[in-house]
Amino acid sequence: MATLELRGIKKRFGDFYAVDGVDLMIAEGEFLAILGPSGCGKTTLMRMIAGLEPPSAGEVLIGGVPVTHLPPRARNVSMVFQSYALYPHMSVAENIAFPLKARGVPKAERDTKVQWVVGLMGIEGLVKRKPGRLSGGEKQKVALARSLVRDPSLFIFDEPLSSLDAQVRAMARGELRQLHDRTGVTTVYVTHDQLEALGMGDRVAIMNRGQVRQLGTPQELYDDPADTFVAAFLGSPPMNLIERDNRIIGFRPEYLQPRVDGSLAQGALVFKVRIMQLEFLGSEWLIYGVLEDGGGENKLLAKVDQLVASKLRSGESRDFVVERSYLRLFDKTTGLRIAPSAAKLTQ
Amino acid sequence: MKHVQSEIAHAGVSLADRKGVLGTLMLAPALAYIAALVAVPFFLAIGLSVSDATVGDPAIHHFVGLRNFVRVIHESAFHFGLRNSMIVTFATLILILVLATAESELLARDFRGKRLVQILLILPWAMPVSLAAVGWLWLLDSEFSPVDWLLRTAHLLGPGTLFGPANHLYYYGREWVGIGAIIAINVWRLLPFATIIVLAGRTSIPRDIFEQAEIDGAGFFRTLFHITLPALLPILTVAAMFTALLVFGDMTIAALTTRGGPGYTTQVLPYWAYLKGIEGGALSEGAAIALFLFPVLLVGAILALRFAYRTESA
Repeated sequence: MATLELRGIKKRFGDFYAVDGVDLMIAEGEFLAILGPSGCGKTTLMRMIAGLEPPSAGEVLIGGVPVTHLPPRARNVSMVFQSYALYPHMSVAENIAFPLKARGVPKAERDTKVQWVVGLMGIEGLVKRKPGRLSGGEKQKVALARSLVRDPSLFIFDEPLSSLDAQVRAMARGELRQLHDRTGVTTVYVTHDQLEALGMGDRVAIMNRGQVRQLGTPQELYDDPADTFVAAFLGSPPMNLIERDNRIIGFRPEYLQPRVDGSLAQGALVFKVRIMQLEFLGSEWLIYGVLEDGGGENKLLAKVDQLVASKLRSGESRDFVVERSYLRLFDKTTGLRIAPSAAKLTQ
Repeated sequence: MKHVQSEIAHAGVSLADRKGVLGTLMLAPALAYIAALVAVPFFLAIGLSVSDATVGDPAIHHFVGLRNFVRVIHESAFHFGLRNSMIVTFATLILILVLATAESELLARDFRGKRLVQILLILPWAMPVSLAAVGWLWLLDSEFSPVDWLLRTAHLLGPGTLFGPANHLYYYGREWVGIGAIIAINVWRLLPFATIIVLAGRTSIPRDIFEQAEIDGAGFFRTLFHITLPALLPILTVAAMFTALLVFGDMTIAALTTRGGPGYTTQVLPYWAYLKGIEGGALSEGAAIALFLFPVLLVGAILALRFAYRTESA
């Protein structure tokens, strides 16, 4: 268990900066998720934390100690790869014991530790099997056991759930977070799946083009995106972004609702929307619409419940309303958020 | 309606569309080739080895049982040949496996000038045998050997030094130096082939596994012996088998360098079979020598292949 600090980390491949100046401070025992689209530099960043790749510039500190130029084994980090990277010719028990063997732990202590971690992960029945005879979920547990067995200072996960079936994945998410809470090991979790990042992370760092665009709790990221990239990336469906008065107005689809006859709340924004399509999502409906008054090709999404949707027809035009407190304003040229105090809406 | 039916019939089945026929047709040339150039000579050799045929009278008339085998194994040339064939094959095999693994470890990494190294390592394979022989004859020449010159310059050869007192090593004129030279040339000749086989196996191991080992704290040798070699085992078996068969059956190197001498001390079985059967005219005895180790090789090959398949599927 330790803190992790990144200072001005850069990684250049030829003319291309895969990671372009990342500063992060991760507290002891924290679970940080790094989220971003593929190619955003999150995997390269993770490899530099693990020591598999030297940074072109910047510093990595684990527990306050600079480890930038140390090989992985001197950092006491452990990592679970997307493929789980189990050693195919070794049994499950031998796989789990390997990191201990490599560190010269005596056999008696090794056996005790393997037994402990096997019990912790509930894989007692698998110890004699070879990895080829394990299911995806079992492999994941063995890989976790192997990375836990040596009390790492830092845990790194590289999309560890992406090769699991959808049903198993939801379960595994919960188990992984519980495991973290029980062991309290500082964790960096790299993923492109926002459900995983928002659901498991204490904090989430959103990356794009080699930079951290925003760092915060899942709620902060969702409610107060720092720029239009984060706004458009997070949420499913993402935030509506509409250009008006040389600014970009953003609001989440669940806050865009058909206008009910009667009084309008103070400062609420009204949009005239032509409904193009209604999509059934199970617990709610997704409304695809086009803005009629703003001009241009502005598309809008609204998430409404069953009762509201039953009154809507595709093809008709309707007034939709967003309350003022749900509006987020962004600068048109930079895409950056305009501080709420400076934001004045002209109706 | 009728028109459509005839269209379908026309578009339908030609001879080559029938799977059985096409398969047979495609396989036939290969089968004929193997039968004519492998199976026939092989059974002919068996026939010859139990007859009294000579070059002057090559017909297989009389069955003489195992008399040829008994006769050849009592000759000292055969003893030397058997011993040297085993030594040369075994030593070449060990050296090739070690060096091919080392080369594949090297070539699996990225470094400056990798292309050049690749070309240099593959070069011996592309060299014609005759050209290679000239090179090696000169390199290990009894008087003009540059290796001798290097050793003399380093004061390792000549009067009063480690390999002295002579000024030359006379590679092809001394029993163990000669055998050493044959082994060295065999290693040089077959290393590219073995390296390509092993490298193919090496690059098929996922990179994650090596990075995981790095993270788990394994150093170079632990990774090599606990991760790489176990994963390479099936492919190493294949490389070993091919190397062994190629070395064991080869007579060109002995024929071009030591010619089996001095005496019979550097003789190898295939060259002895050739000298005896073709040059010496005793066709049946030559066949007996050539066939002598066939059962051993066959069993070895089958065991090696079975082992390779088993480790692969486990």
